[in-house]
Order: sequence, then C-alpha cells, then structure tokens
Amino acid sequence: MSFNDWVNERLPVGQAIKDHLTEYYAPKNFNFWYFFGALSLVVLILQIVTGVLLAMNYKPDAELAFASVEYIMRDVWGGWFVRYMHSTGASFFFILIYLHMFRGLLYGSYKNPRELIWIFGMVIYIAMMATAFFGYLLPWGQMSFWGAQVIVNLFETLPIIGESLSQWIRGDYVISDITLNRFYAFHYLIPFILVGLVVLHILALHQVGSNNPDGVEIKKGPKGNKWSKDAPADGVPFHPYYTVKDIMGLSVFLIFFFAVVFFMPEMGGYFIEQPNFEPANPLKTPEHIAPVWYFTPYYAILRAVPSFAGTQVWGVLAMGAAIAVFFFLPWLDRSPVKSVRYKGPSTRLYLIIFAVAFLVLGWLGTLPPTTGYTAMSQFLTVVYFLFFFLMPCYSGTGDNKGMSGLVLFVISVLLYLGALFLWWVQTPDLALSIKVLYTLLGAAILLYFGVRPGWIKPDAVKPVPERVTG
Amino acid sequence: MRIVMKKVCILLLTALLPVSSLAAGGSSVKLEHVEINLNDTHALQNGAKIFVNYCLGCHSAEYMRYNRLTKDLGIPEELVLKDMISSDAKIGDPMNAIMPAEKSADWFGVTPPDLSLTGRLHDAKWLYNYFISFYVDPNSVSGWNNTVFENVAMPHVLADMQGRRAAVFKEVDGKKEFDRFEVLTEGTMSDEEFKSQMKDLTAYLVYMGEPAKLKRVKYGIYVMLFLFLLAGLSWMLKKEYWRDIKSSH
Repeated sequence: MSFNDWVNERLPVGQAIKDHLTEYYAPKNFNFWYFFGALSLVVLILQIVTGVLLAMNYKPDAELAFASVEYIMRDVWGGWFVRYMHSTGASFFFILIYLHMFRGLLYGSYKNPRELIWIFGMVIYIAMMATAFFGYLLPWGQMSFWGAQVIVNLFETLPIIGESLSQWIRGDYVISDITLNRFYAFHYLIPFILVGLVVLHILALHQVGSNNPDGVEIKKGPKGNKWSKDAPADGVPFHPYYTVKDIMGLSVFLIFFFAVVFFMPEMGGYFIEQPNFEPANPLKTPEHIAPVWYFTPYYAILRAVPSFAGTQVWGVLAMGAAIAVFFFLPWLDRSPVKSVRYKGPSTRLYLIIFAVAFLVLGWLGTLPPTTGYTAMSQFLTVVYFLFFFLMPCYSGTGDNKGMSGLVLFVISVLLYLGALFLWWVQTPDLALSIKVLYTLLGAAILLYFGVRPGWIKPDAVKPVPERVTG
Repeated sequence: MRIVMKKVCILLLTALLPVSSLAAGGSSVKLEHVEINLNDTHALQNGAKIFVNYCLGCHSAEYMRYNRLTKDLGIPEELVLKDMISSDAKIGDPMNAIMPAEKSADWFGVTPPDLSLTGRLHDAKWLYNYFISFYVDPNSVSGWNNTVFENVAMPHVLADMQGRRAAVFKEVDGKKEFDRFEVLTEGTMSDEEFKSQMKDLTAYLVYMGEPAKLKRVKYGIYVMLFLFLLAGLSWMLKKEYWRDIKSSH
C-alpha cells in the first residue's frame, strides 16, 4: 500500500485536491477582473508570514513599541524588508479586495445562487478592516495613537452605552499601554479567523460554481468536455488552467507590489503616514488626523453627516450603514441578468457613478474639511446611498420593485430632502451655484434612476447568450 | 477617583491644547529646491561629521549606532572611535547626546528632539531650508529665530559658519510676511559654501532616517529584473497551456 493510499483512507486529501483543483471546473472565459481573489489569498498568507516574523522582534509595550519598530528597521537582519512587505501588503490587500468586490458588482457575482459567498466576503472585508485598524496602532507613532483615538471615540457617540463601550474597548480612559496590548492580541488573532472565513468563502463558491463575465451558469449549460463527460462544456479544470494563469497574474502583481516595497514604501504618505515617524504623544495633537486611505471613503461619509439633536451619532450610523448596505446587495438587485454586459443602460451608468463617488469620497476623506469639501462629501454620500436604495427601481424590469422597493424609494426621497436642508439652510457660506448644482444633480439622479425606470419606462436588458462568449 | 479625575484633566487639556507652536511647518515661506544624492558617500561622510560636531552635543540619535557609519558610509572604525565619539560610548552604541536630557530641557525650555527619524518626519527640502533660514531675533529667548520654523527654541548653532543675519519683513494685506535676509556679520564661509555643507547635512539626516534606503533601492532593481523575467516566462507558460482552450468554441 502506498503512502498516498494510507493517507487517503484516513483523510480525503486526494478527493479534496480533485474537488477544488484538478476537477473543479471553472468557466473558461474569466478575464482580468478574476485575478484578484487568488491574489488576495496570496497577500493574506504573505501578511501572516511577515506578521509572525515581525512579532518575533516587536514589543507590544507603550514604552518599547516605537523603538522596537526602529530596531526591526535598523538592527534586525532583513527587518526593513519584512516590515515594508507587511505595511505595503496591508494597503495592497485592500486594493485587491476593492477590485475583487468591484468585480462582483460588475458581473453580479452576488446574485442567486451566490448570496452566501457574498455575505462571507463581506464578513471577510469587515474582519480585514478590524485587523488593519488594530495593527495600525502597533507602531505607536503619532498617527497610530491619534487615529485610534478618533476611531474609538466614535463609539462614545452612541447613546447611553457609548462611554462605557469605548472605555471597554480601550480598557482605559485614553489610548494607553493597556489598549496597545489588547490591540496586539486581536491583530494577531483575527488573521487566523480570516483564514477560516476564506475557507468558507471558497467552499461556498465551489458548491455552486464560479460566475463569469457573461453571468451565464455553465452548470446549466451543455455537459461534456474533453476531461469529463459530466462536467460543464464551458468549464476548464482549475488546475492547471487557472493555476498557470494566476501565476502569470501573480508575477505581474508582484512587480507593482515590490516596486512599492523597494522604491516608495511610504507611497507618498498614503501607505505610511509621515507623522508616524514621531512617537505617540498624548499631549500633542497632530495638525490633521486622517485615517489610512482604505478607510477614508467611510471617514468622508462620517464627516459629511452633521450632528443633530445634540449628538454626533448620526455620522457614525451613516458610516456603519455605508458598510452594512453591501450585505443587502443580492436582494436589492432585481435585474433578470447578472452581468453588466447585458444589464440596462441606467444600471451600467450608476455603477460607474458609484465607483467614481467611492474614489472621490476616499480622496475627500484624506483632506482637512472645508465648506466646499464637506458639501461635496454630502452630495457624494447621497449618491452612494441612492446607488443601493434605488437599485430595486433601476435594476428591475418594472414589475418587480415590490413593497421593499417602494419603501427604499421613499427613503431615497427623504435622504435627498435631508441633503437639501443641509445645503440650503445649514451652510449659509456655500456658494449659490454649488447649492443649485448639487440640488439639480440630486434631483436628476432621483428621477433618472428612481422614477423613470421604476414607474415610467423600465430599463431594457440585452439578451444573454446561451453559452459563455470569448 | 483621583486617577479618574487626572485622566479627565489630561483629556480636557489634550482637547484644549492648540496646535503646538513647537510643531514644525505651517509657514508660508517659499522653500528653496534641494537635490540630495544618497549615493554620494563623501557628502554623507561630511554630513556625518557636521552632525557629530554640531548636533550631537544636544540632540541624540538613539536609533542610530556609531558602527553604521563604518558599515554604511565607509568611515574607518579607528576614526569613528577617535574623532566622532566624545563620550565613553562604544562603537556599537547608539548616538546619544552628550548633554543630559533633563538639563537641556531646563536650558532651552524643551528637550532637543531625537534626530534619528527627523529625515523621515520632514522631507529633505524642509530640513535644508530650515538649516539656512536662521536669523537674529532680539525678542526670542535664544536670541535667534527661523523663517521656516517660527519661534524655534534652538539657537543658530552654525552662526560662526553662516554669519549673523537679520530678517526683513514686509506688510502684505495687513500680515507680516518675510521679504529677505540682511547680513549683519560675515561668517567663515561664503553663502555657497555654507549651503553646500547644509546640503550634506540634509543628506546625512535623510540617510539616518532610514539607513536601509541605501540598500533597498539597489536590491529593488535586481528584484524588478527578476520579476519581469518571471512575468514573461509565466505568460509564455499560460499561453502554451491555454492554446487548445481559446480556439475550441
């Protein structure tokens, strides 16, 4: 009996390799957008490996943390290389995940039967944000300290429990050594939970099969290809076809990744912020506190919502809602087709507008607020939420909005009216032309994406081919 | 309860504290362009000399070890031991200020900040302009001020080189704006000589902020070459495998 047989009788290793690699049939028409899932997995592993190496020399102690990072940068053999891979990896992880999520939006990968994959993906995204946030405190620089201070203080705005909750998170009245210790513990723990979530994400994917740029279900199409007579005709075995293709994608990705690691690890202050080269000082507030770039779209939304009824909790709720709303995407999209290739023109147009709004919000989140920027953030926050709330109207074919669609339309109108109130009543120093511009643009979005396809003339979808193309 | 009150006080103080006047930046003075070259070992060696002679008296560079001057900048160990270490520090020790920190806080009002990472906290352009922008200000405690770093606590340590200068201000829209410097007494160096020395000092501080930078860019080029080769080969491998897929439909 061979060693393989001995193992396989006791643990289905061979079967797992077949199920998930050599006999997992993926659609043959994956394009550029399909690299980012596999690449994210590589970066997750890289973060864990470099993270463990860093942990061997890092000291989670408010007195020693900053110096231990410099010790890694200067005295540990190859320490700077490992640390830059880790800091660059954090930012690239988010770049990849944002592209991966956008792929989902483009090709309707969240739609039936892949809702659970999408939900696991969103949980992964939130866990990533948590571990990135905890990790950012560890260098114990000025921005580490004040960034954490600002974010933890957000919880303070919650009614009744706010104060005790934020104290419970910090373990202290201010960000301190105690906070650093627990953040370190969580920063080390969460990546392993992430691995588990990724396993669930992939198992759920392999249960129903991968989507593709045409949004055609290859499992429902004709059967039989040159490897198996039961496999989908438009599928190819993941290994070797997509493993060699992903290796190609990985080598190109590594060019970008290591260009940053070796030539611009600070990435102009976006990946490593300059104030973080000064040790944390609780008595000296930096002139401008901005979270790292991957949080800034939500930070811009947070700042866009003003305090009301004596509390700032609304901004925090809006920020939470901006993330949570993604979970509902599978049920908001009422389109009969999956892929943007065959969706109606208003769906395609709003997807582009949404992507631009997300990027501009991210840019605004890095800047100190001014009247003009805040008004722009408010407008884009409305654009951001209407993308989701109006989706049952503009993605559907007219008769499938349902009661929930109508409710969301009413919420959209209220959101727009709220923004009008802010621009016209609460910001007297905003230029009239800007007020008029945002008002008209907001109304245009409401009419073009809500009323017109919802009640007057539904968007026409293009016919979806029987088989995948290209 | 007392601890709670103390914490609350600290929190309130923190919230009320205006943007500290010690914080650098926020000045509207036009900065002069400077080009530094970290591959110029002579410049870095000269910068190290100026740093040890003029800065290290009061400032530390606690993350920088003396022996890096030997490893990275090629300054012989005997020379470092003989001419650059004036305390009883050993070659592997970090560069600590000769002056005790508590004393300097008494004398200057603030402890002179550690300079290990100054080259990363500020960019080269800012540092260089800061070095060349001191002027005599009878109203300040030290008798000196700086157009790039207003109300800086540090006196002009290099005044013997640069000479003493006064700053002339003009009124623009009711605001005092820097116009030009006026020479009061000549220094031992010409303006050009002094600026070239300050350029070397700037280069040294940038190097000291991240000693790995010397190596990392060099390694990076080899890594890029390898990755381009890998990308090319993996593209060919992919093409070979996929040859029979693309045409079948």
